Amino acid sequence: MIGSRYLPLLTTLAIFILAYALCIAQFPNMLSTRVLGNLLTDNAFLGIAAVGMTFVILSGGIDLSIGSVIAFCGVFLAVGMGEWGIPPVLAIVLLLVIVTAFGATMGAMIHYLAMPAFIVTLAGMFFARGMAFLLSTASVPINAPLYDTLQSLYFRMPGGGRLTFIGMVMLAVFIGGMILAHRTRFGRNVYAIGGNVQSAELMGVPVAATTIGIYALSSFLAGISGIVFSIYTSAGYSLAAVGVELDAIAAVVIGGTILTGGSGFVAGTFLGILVMGLIQTYIVFDGTLSSWWTKIVIGLLLFSFIVLQRGLVWFTERRANAAAAAHA
Amino acid sequence: MAAERALLEARGLSKYFHGVTALDGVDFDLHAGEIHGLLGENGAGKSTLIKVLTGAYRRDDGRVSLDGAPIDPRDVMDAQSLGIGTVYQEVNLLPNLTVAENLFLGREPKRFGLVDSRAINKRSREILEGYGLSIDVSALLSTYSVAVRQIVAIARAVDISGKVLILDEPTASLDAAEVDRLFAILSDLKARGLGIIFITHFFDQVYRICDRVTVLRNGRLVGSRPLESLKRIELVSMMLGRELESAESGDHGRASEVRGEVVAAFKKVGKKGRIAPFDIEVRRGEVLGIAGLLGSGRTESAELMFGIHEPDTGAIEIDGAKTSLGSPRDAIRKGFGFCPEDRKQDGIIDDLSVRENIALALQARRGWAKPLSRREQDALADRYIEALDIRTSDREKPIKFLSGGNQQKVILARWLATDPRFLILDEPTRGIDVGAHAEIIRLIEELCAEGMALAVISSELEELVAYATRVRILADRQHVAELEGEDVSANGIMRAIAAAEGDNTGEARS
Repeated sequence: MIGSRYLPLLTTLAIFILAYALCIAQFPNMLSTRVLGNLLTDNAFLGIAAVGMTFVILSGGIDLSIGSVIAFCGVFLAVGMGEWGIPPVLAIVLLLVIVTAFGATMGAMIHYLAMPAFIVTLAGMFFARGMAFLLSTASVPINAPLYDTLQSLYFRMPGGGRLTFIGMVMLAVFIGGMILAHRTRFGRNVYAIGGNVQSAELMGVPVAATTIGIYALSSFLAGISGIVFSIYTSAGYSLAAVGVELDAIAAVVIGGTILTGGSGFVAGTFLGILVMGLIQTYIVFDGTLSSWWTKIVIGLLLFSFIVLQRGLVWFTERRANAAAAAHA
Repeated sequence: MAAERALLEARGLSKYFHGVTALDGVDFDLHAGEIHGLLGENGAGKSTLIKVLTGAYRRDDGRVSLDGAPIDPRDVMDAQSLGIGTVYQEVNLLPNLTVAENLFLGREPKRFGLVDSRAINKRSREILEGYGLSIDVSALLSTYSVAVRQIVAIARAVDISGKVLILDEPTASLDAAEVDRLFAILSDLKARGLGIIFITHFFDQVYRICDRVTVLRNGRLVGSRPLESLKRIELVSMMLGRELESAESGDHGRASEVRGEVVAAFKKVGKKGRIAPFDIEVRRGEVLGIAGLLGSGRTESAELMFGIHEPDTGAIEIDGAKTSLGSPRDAIRKGFGFCPEDRKQDGIIDDLSVRENIALALQARRGWAKPLSRREQDALADRYIEALDIRTSDREKPIKFLSGGNQQKVILARWLATDPRFLILDEPTRGIDVGAHAEIIRLIEELCAEGMALAVISSELEELVAYATRVRILADRQHVAELEGEDVSANGIMRAIAAAEGDNTGEARS
């Protein structure tokens, strides 16, 4: 049955449609491109980081460093463009090189030292946050003409909604991520490693290069996310984006990717982001609910998805056993 | 194609691990268009030979040539690109990818720089049709049976390598119809000129499909013979390492004038897919030997007798009273003991001391509410260290630092401390040195003389003959014969095994 592969994804899609329908029933205004535009803009940085996280989780790993990397990016750009006077484009390029190398180093440690990704990226999390503090402990505003241009850049959707530049960046990253995951050799290798590292190696998957590539990609996308976040907030602050890695993991899991690796879709993560964004939007519309309700609902959703995944695994095993028994 | 020159030729292959010789000067030839059986008991060096040929291990000595050209594969990939493909027992594909992706992983055809899934699916369908398999190649591999996965693995190996195909126990988890299908595929590949190395322990399959066999024993080459002129009894004697002529001397039947009372009786006990129902009675003061080739169901029988697996048929009587063994704990409480075959995996607890390892089973039997005091444990450990001559600097030394023979003695001590009435030993002398070997045998004889009931599984025939009162013969997961008295001889055991392996259909075991 091919259906079981798509079931988590379809479940998320159904939840999103149902939740959106309920929201519209209560607040008809939520059915507008304005709401949609804001949803994309507000969650752009999280979505971009979650694409990287999807690859990491598909390979059976985890990356706890991305929140810190996002904070580091903001501070680096603010201090670099302000205090050090580096031209904005050069600062961005330099930043992306630094964070990609940082991710590649973590990937290399995970592979060559055979260390759990959890520990290595936990170290990376402290290290990147520490580097951000080293650059500046204050919230540093960013005043660059490039930023003003990018902030005012948007595409007007029918109905008056604004698809902002950073929203478009997120959509582009998702499309790029889907192509990378499903249509390239690198993507196949990520799934293969998530399925079974030993088998993948015997079948000729370059495990070292792929592992390094996965964490480099995750950090690179965290870098893009950091840039987007700095455009969104016009500032760099070393205490920003605390816990974003956990939100990203939540989006990936709600999107139907299995935490043990090897199964899931980048498109699912997009749905996960939409579901999480929708909950926030609902709370804004309601106006009386505390924003902590977002966390509570996301927590409940995560619980139900873990149960769903466990159930699927259980169901598949039982079917396999039944098939074996029928043969015997 | 006439095979004057071997397709794959190995001369004097040797491999050592930490001073242990795993492969000792082995020669091996494989011709094109030949299915070559590779046989041997556990630890004979089959898998080491395969791993050396496929580049998973680097050889320490010897030469290998393929098509006349010397080769030295650095790794599995290298061997694959040279033309040597392997399908392992545990099918090494990825169940979370589609069938087509599995076939083309690492060598996907591309279009405009992107993986061309349509081409992959199309070519996969074509490849699999060549094997008589028309399935949906875009479905996940996990949706198909082990047999289909096996064929996909073979198709991949042949498609990538195309000269030599190595199959490591490919039939272990297949049923009769699936085996037939696999063999048809192998015959077809043979006709296409591939050289196939086939590792199995099913005799019947060897005779059905192989042209030639090579037998290894203790890392050495016993011989390489064409099958048409090889009798089953000769093959058994090659595997068990006994010459028929010399076997008569030293044999002795142990006439049991006084038969001890029955300690435990297993009546029609069996478990589907593991071992056919069997009857066994074990008596005080008796050693029941259990003989058979690898995979014949020796360990499976022991596991039912010790409650590791629950039988799905039959009844168990202990001291004449009907009972059941639901778990090893149950068995221990009833006075049973079991030293498993793989002592590293199932027997010793690496980091615990000799004292703790010895006290373990007795403590388990008493229950955790009544702990053995440290003084009792010390006394217990000291008593057995002395009684069994366990060589250790002191009783607090972690057991992993002891030699294999001494570890085995510690496990024996663990069970002896519980004062068992019935002790099962699975290959008690495997992998231990000659001195310790003799001591373990002496110990078995002593325990027996003291009135304990023992069941000993062993592939060392002399050993069985030396201490067994009766020998149970297993073949193909069935208990096929029992030898007693005069008949207990190395020759007798070998004949019984060969006869049984000849009768059976090989894969009819489910």
